Amino acid sequence: MSTATHSLPRTIGAHAVLLTYTAIALFPVILVILNSFKSRAGIFGAPLTPPTPKTFDLIGYTTVIGQGDFIHYFQNSLVVTVASLFFVLLFGAMAAFALSEYRFRGNTMMGLYLALGIMIPIRLGTVAILQLMVATGLVNTLTALILVYTAQGLPLAIFILSEFMKQVSDDLKNAGRIDGLSEYTIFFRLVLPLVRPSMATVAVFTMIPIWNDLWFPLILAPSEETKTVTLGAQLFLGQFVTNWNAILAALSLAILPVLILYVIFSRQLIRGITSGAVK
Amino acid sequence: MGSLKIENVKKAFGPVEVLKGIDLAVNNGEFVVFVGPSGCGKSTLLRVIAGLEDSTSGRVLIDGADVSVTPPAKRGIAMVFQTYALYPHLTVKNNMGLGLKQAGTPAAEIERRIKIASAMLSLEPYLERRPAELSGGQRQRVAIGRAVVREPKLFLFDEPLSNLDAALRVNTRLEIAQLHRRLKATMIYVTHDQVEAMTLADKIVVLNAGRIEQIGSPMELYNAPANEFVAGFIGSPKMNFIDGAKLGETAKTIGVRPEHLTVDTKSGAWKGTVVHAEHLGADTNLYLDCDKAGLVTVRIFGVYNAEPGATLYATPDAAKTYRFGADGRVLK
Repeated sequence: MSTATHSLPRTIGAHAVLLTYTAIALFPVILVILNSFKSRAGIFGAPLTPPTPKTFDLIGYTTVIGQGDFIHYFQNSLVVTVASLFFVLLFGAMAAFALSEYRFRGNTMMGLYLALGIMIPIRLGTVAILQLMVATGLVNTLTALILVYTAQGLPLAIFILSEFMKQVSDDLKNAGRIDGLSEYTIFFRLVLPLVRPSMATVAVFTMIPIWNDLWFPLILAPSEETKTVTLGAQLFLGQFVTNWNAILAALSLAILPVLILYVIFSRQLIRGITSGAVK
Repeated sequence: MGSLKIENVKKAFGPVEVLKGIDLAVNNGEFVVFVGPSGCGKSTLLRVIAGLEDSTSGRVLIDGADVSVTPPAKRGIAMVFQTYALYPHLTVKNNMGLGLKQAGTPAAEIERRIKIASAMLSLEPYLERRPAELSGGQRQRVAIGRAVVREPKLFLFDEPLSNLDAALRVNTRLEIAQLHRRLKATMIYVTHDQVEAMTLADKIVVLNAGRIEQIGSPMELYNAPANEFVAGFIGSPKMNFIDGAKLGETAKTIGVRPEHLTVDTKSGAWKGTVVHAEHLGADTNLYLDCDKAGLVTVRIFGVYNAEPGATLYATPDAAKTYRFGADGRVLK
């Protein structure tokens, strides 16, 4: 099957490159998962081999589930991630719609101001954020984390979404106006469904850093009640002894929810990335 | 009911003036076409009438009432867009009914109007489909149906045929003409295609660079263009413009339509060489490079055999020759 665009050597070459890259990218993840099923001796004796009947051990998982309140940590992580994601998408889309749809004085400046957050890391403001949370009594609450993550996710969301909203047909919005739809109805019923793929893209880009974050949970909500999974896993990192079984098991478990969310968004995501490139 | 009056409407986007003072009156039941090259402001004018764009100054009156600050939905208008602009998540039926539903019309009345409109546009088999399941021509018919059910005072069409292929364009044009005859409604139609303008309009408004160049019936514009722009814009192939000085005339420019030139192999006013011949069957377009007049287009009805390189003589019909002054206006 040698046609103008497909030749066998080239196909093999392309697949070789892609498979090599996939292997390199997945290697650490697979290593973590493999070792989480091994005994301590197995992990240190032969870290690169898959678990054999001799080294197979679920001690990591039993520790994680038995010790500490891991189900609760998971719950906290999920609440924080999902709530932040919801607010980022809602407010991000609304701001993007306003910026792309309405002509008002200072529109461009407002767009730049909102995009500035992409370049300035929110962690630079940690001290001020902590003071603010102390003053408002929000320390050790999930609300504090949700607020911070919403602020952190908004700039990129607005930046990406406003580009996509500009592509939504003006005629369609105008048809809605002539039919007497309110601006809110036009936004929620006509525009949002059309930018769904880009919303999924934004959702994935926003979700992963929030789920993985250790910094803000450690500073703003370190109490037992509000610990997230990443913070909870620190439990097993000791100054002198580290419970590797438990840490690897906790990390393997932490991949699951984010993987599920990713699968939900991924179908949309592929369309979001390729839209515009392929009509 | 449905008369429209526009008084000195101006529109500027920042420093760019798109409409430079438009005055226009449209009578009840008229089919008015705005025509002009791209960027002449015709779509902006339509959007000002619709209320989708605020005018910088001036007034828009529908049925004598000033609607300059009335939102689009309350102006009693309906609009058909170039890109159809159907709601992708709604069925054909709900697409047509949404405007009425928003206005609080009783369900039975909505049903009745959709039935009439869909019969008129032969859309009955598609009422339960979504726009994605329809062809381009069907989508545009749904868009027209959505306008019809509102029973508006004013129909606004924004280049509705531009996205259709040539054959469908002729059919849909016919449907719009029949629709106008049946509804006897006031319609305003924007296009850059002068053929659409000539075939549909009771009255054509020729716009150029934000100003009205001329208003008149299709035949008035064809037979008595007010200036060089209108003369060149109306008619296809385009009118020949020849430098008056070359022909020893006092007028700045002499204009003659390709169909008002006759050719002869022996003698005539302008001697020329055939550069190219287009054989269309019903007529033949010859491009002649004339010694006096320069490159001239001649339209001959029927088949005419002329090879490039042949020598021909072209003679203009003196009664149908236009003389333009230095300002572009016709000299009487």
